[in-house]
Amino acid sequence: MKPGPVVFTRVGALRGARLAVGLLPAMVPFALVVGVVADSKGLSFLETVLMSALVFAGTSQIVALELWREPAPVLGATLAALVINLRLAPMGAALSPWLDRLRGIRLWGTLATLVDNTFAVCIADQRQGGRDAALLLGMGVTMWAGWTLMTGVGHAAAGLIRLPPGHPVFFAGIATILALMVPIWRGRGDAMPWVVAGIAAAAAHFAGLGPPWPVLAGALCGAAAGAWRDGRR
Amino acid sequence: MSLRPDVLLAILGMAIATYALRAGGYALLRAFRPGPFVQAMLHHMPGCIFVAFVAPPLLQGGVPHLIAAAVTVGAMLALRSYLLAIAAGVGALWALALAA
Repeated sequence: MKPGPVVFTRVGALRGARLAVGLLPAMVPFALVVGVVADSKGLSFLETVLMSALVFAGTSQIVALELWREPAPVLGATLAALVINLRLAPMGAALSPWLDRLRGIRLWGTLATLVDNTFAVCIADQRQGGRDAALLLGMGVTMWAGWTLMTGVGHAAAGLIRLPPGHPVFFAGIATILALMVPIWRGRGDAMPWVVAGIAAAAAHFAGLGPPWPVLAGALCGAAAGAWRDGRR
Repeated sequence: MSLRPDVLLAILGMAIATYALRAGGYALLRAFRPGPFVQAMLHHMPGCIFVAFVAPPLLQGGVPHLIAAAVTVGAMLALRSYLLAIAAGVGALWALALAA
């Protein structure tokens, strides 16, 4: 694959925004729940929206809120965010073919919007020869706005929304990731690392390890297995 | 519309930790150009992260979740639409829950 010149255009950002709009509906149930839980833990509307706007990482927000108490657990919430969001670190590294060509606010600002969904779409685009790094920013800003807005709606409507845990709409989060994996699949060479990743993650999970250890164990074992296989060829 | 100092501090702690991870993985890579094995690992990382993300909840959820997952992937392959694929998966799980 020849590395063409990476660009950063308004057209790319707008394409990212359109792609993100298609993914927003699947995010709504989870965002509403985070707003409802924040309300039940005593956070004000402003505090809830501020958390979503500044942290913008749903799983870590829900875990931090589960251990919330009075006064706010500064160390506990920070550690929860640090541990659960560890999976974001290798994502930025994997996007380096685009990021290497960016500087200053474009680089460090775009990284601030990085989440699972935007990463998956951009990696698939990059592998298909996409060269417009603004796709990541356009998607990220749109997802961020939707996330912040919908957690706020969840907080405001907390009295009206009663979704039991395990309701089928929560499958939307997993279904999003599954749909995103389809364009990431590159063919039979991915099978062995993916199977190793799944087995390692399941083993960590059923051994009783909580997040993020199953994700990290699976990602590292699968990627190492793939790299080892590639090195032998 | 209150904003208490302890809550603000906790939110800022979470925000700083999360940004450090978003930017830190790339910053480390840039500071220490890794060898070919780590480069190859990064090449495999995207797919493996997501497999590792979905494998535990799908296996925990049992047969209905695995069927709904297959419906999601099948719909994505056939229709190439995130929205329709996600709706199909949620719909399948909902139908299975109602049928059970």
